[in-house]
Amino acid sequence: MSNTPLKIVVVGHVDHGKSTLVGRVLHETGALPEGKVETLREVCAKRGMPFEWAFVMDALQAERDQGITIDTSQLYFHTGQRPVLIIDAPGHKEFLKNMVTGAASAEAAVLVIDADEGVQEQSRRHGYLLHLLGLTQIAVAVNKMDLVGWDQSRFAAVEAEIRDYLGGIGVTPTHVIPVSARGGDFVRDRSAAAAWYHGPTVIEALDGFQAAAQATDLPLRLPVQDVYKFDHRRIVAGRIESGRLRVGDRLVFSPSGKSARVASIEDWAGDHVTAVAAAAGRSVGITLDEPIFVERGQVAHLAESSPVLAHDIRARIFWLGREPLCRGDRLKLKLATAEYPVEIVAVERVIDVADLASHGGDVVARNAVAEVVLRSRAAIAFDGFAVNARLGRFVLVHGFDIVGGGIVAEAAAASRNIYSVDHKVTPQTRAAANGHRGGVLWLTGLSGAGKSTIAMELERQLFIKGWQATVLDGDNVRHGLCSDLGFSPDDRAENIRRVGEVSHLLAKAGMLTITAFISPYRADRDRVRAIDADSFHEVFVSTGLDECERRDPKGLYKKARKGEIPEFTGISAPYEPPAEPELVLDTAGKPVDESVAELVAYVEAVFGQAALAQASA
Amino acid sequence: MNHLDQLEAQSIHILREAFNRLDKIAMLWSIGKDSNVMLWLARKAFFGHVPFPVLHVDTHHKIPAMIEFRDRVVADWKLPLIVGENRAALDAGMGPHQGRVNCCTALKTEGLKALLAEHGYTGIIAGIRRDEEGTRAKERVFSPRNQQAEWDVRDQPPEFWDQFKTDFAPGTHLRIHPLLAWTELDVWRYIAREGIPVVDLYFARDGKRYRSLGCAPCTGPVASTASTVAEIIEELETTRVSERSGRAQDKESEDAFERLRAGGYM
Repeated sequence: MSNTPLKIVVVGHVDHGKSTLVGRVLHETGALPEGKVETLREVCAKRGMPFEWAFVMDALQAERDQGITIDTSQLYFHTGQRPVLIIDAPGHKEFLKNMVTGAASAEAAVLVIDADEGVQEQSRRHGYLLHLLGLTQIAVAVNKMDLVGWDQSRFAAVEAEIRDYLGGIGVTPTHVIPVSARGGDFVRDRSAAAAWYHGPTVIEALDGFQAAAQATDLPLRLPVQDVYKFDHRRIVAGRIESGRLRVGDRLVFSPSGKSARVASIEDWAGDHVTAVAAAAGRSVGITLDEPIFVERGQVAHLAESSPVLAHDIRARIFWLGREPLCRGDRLKLKLATAEYPVEIVAVERVIDVADLASHGGDVVARNAVAEVVLRSRAAIAFDGFAVNARLGRFVLVHGFDIVGGGIVAEAAAASRNIYSVDHKVTPQTRAAANGHRGGVLWLTGLSGAGKSTIAMELERQLFIKGWQATVLDGDNVRHGLCSDLGFSPDDRAENIRRVGEVSHLLAKAGMLTITAFISPYRADRDRVRAIDADSFHEVFVSTGLDECERRDPKGLYKKARKGEIPEFTGISAPYEPPAEPELVLDTAGKPVDESVAELVAYVEAVFGQAALAQASA
Repeated sequence: MNHLDQLEAQSIHILREAFNRLDKIAMLWSIGKDSNVMLWLARKAFFGHVPFPVLHVDTHHKIPAMIEFRDRVVADWKLPLIVGENRAALDAGMGPHQGRVNCCTALKTEGLKALLAEHGYTGIIAGIRRDEEGTRAKERVFSPRNQQAEWDVRDQPPEFWDQFKTDFAPGTHLRIHPLLAWTELDVWRYIAREGIPVVDLYFARDGKRYRSLGCAPCTGPVASTASTVAEIIEELETTRVSERSGRAQDKESEDAFERLRAGGYM
């Protein structure tokens, strides 16, 4: 790995000389192409200004016109010992997003501080962010020493101040070096100007940095990026973020929990080839030995080490958006290849990077750092940042823009400062006014069994009798309340959960809520019953598969048989009939009116006047 | 994994991300060495397939050997090639005599914009590299362009932790730059390792070779005796001459290239 360049970012407060130092380093190591220095000399002369080393990296007109770095830039050079990728970062607070862009991929940093001005706001903010980004190798260059006459006590004062600040965030700088970037002192060559300094030059300090550790020894994490079917092979594609895998390994996919063995590792090198193993860093394509459902956003891992799954996470974030972030804000969180709509449920601390003090607050201003709790409807698969950085860091998106980044500390127990408030109108009062009890009549059965038909006719007949009755129908609800859900088991569970909660709310408001949903899983129906068992009545519309398929009122069975509809209940997905329904209705061979009449009789007996009288007796 | 493996894995990751996140993408092919490497990486990323069109913006000023090479590669690799051009400007006799930046803008940038308008691409993959030139060094991997295909270098999106900007307003598009982190040497080393075909003009003939291949009137060859890939690599390991030193449009004025790129050039 010795030919892999070490990535180093140069940060610090605006005008402290970062770009000048970078330009000088490139020049001293012979990395500048022939004629570059001459061209820049001409450019500076034309602009009527003294020679600017910063112009090497500051290539934009606006940067040269204003003498300021706006955006990050990178160049390769060789120290003599190793190849280095040097990343220049802007120092102005306005361009913090560009500093983060540059620093986030670095393995080490040089923090440049103007000897005369000393430690300033961005010196601290950059130091803090480097630490947040996981960078602990930081060398400090105290620049413009020529402007303070190479005064040793001034250097010592600045050194003490920065050591103190970095110590406060648990970072010890590798070296603190007195430098004149413009003059070249201690960039590559030692200088007589500071005979009292015996430490390394900047380039020697760069040679001393360690490359980041390989992730091969961490547990396997393969976030699914895509699933391809260009030909007969179904290939799961992604980059191995940590660990290794081999053909034959049994992979588990979080959060679904499904598992399958790696059948092959596909590759192409002028021709189709395969491999037996692959390790962290490789972008791979694998095939599995079973056709389990796999989709982008899932994380493949081995059974013995799974990522954490949580709906609520506590994270330390830095905010780059123009508008402040507030509690209650909804954003998109992107971690590896997964995306989660999230809500900021708490802003626990806002950290003042100037003095490292924490404050309470509900709002995170631009460029600020805070600890927050985020809640996601779908479980987030992650590793704590300290455990496996690649699965512990995320960005926050609002609209079309990335507005912040964060690292996950841990799963947060849901904080619930929620209290019930009692209605002043009771279910009993409503029942007396309506002439019937409120409740949930839950129709379940295969597609085509007749649930919707019966439900709508029942609603009509009850309405004529003066009842407060309403129908929640599977197809209708999937256009609105549940329009974001599909037909996977997880989505069906969420679909039923939502409808169950809404039905019970309506029941408490005195209505008879009739629901017409296939609701194939017993566990999902039982959960709805558990919300309020007394008012929940399960009706099994038990018409068999043959009869339902014969009817095929919407042509779905035909499509399902052809494989055009995946996960279709009865054909490619299971139906679990109720164990103890309150009522069983078989509609085969019966006219609709007969089934409805049976149901009306049941409803009146259970919810109607007689039942009310009984209840108050 | 060595450095080339890492670069390759990252570029494949970028191509797969663009393919998944953007609904209509295409890859620009200039027939030069970088875009050949990019095509090769696409075939690796998608297991032998190139599941999007390959675009050549034809200025009609390219050295003829390049067009022959193009047609051969298209046949060999069965590429879905679409050729675009700025017919109106060509008919009006546009050429570098009207100003190199004007010519590049008319024949390349406008040619690309015409293709964008015709096909409605939301993502254009281009093989630029940071080490080619100062404004390219400032680029992002997923780099937004506005409705006029312009690049606002003063307000680029944050891009870190391999999370790219993949959400954008309708009517705008993204440029995707999978080779941004590659250097000229990395490209040639990869060509050597994989056996990727490149046009003959890169190899020395009569003491000269082309290091960079633009259009004929604005591309100058450099003195060289390197006539194989291995010799080119050896030459590059010691040279201090910059790759684009033979490209005239970079030199028209201090801000020539920046103006070109701000206007939608590659």
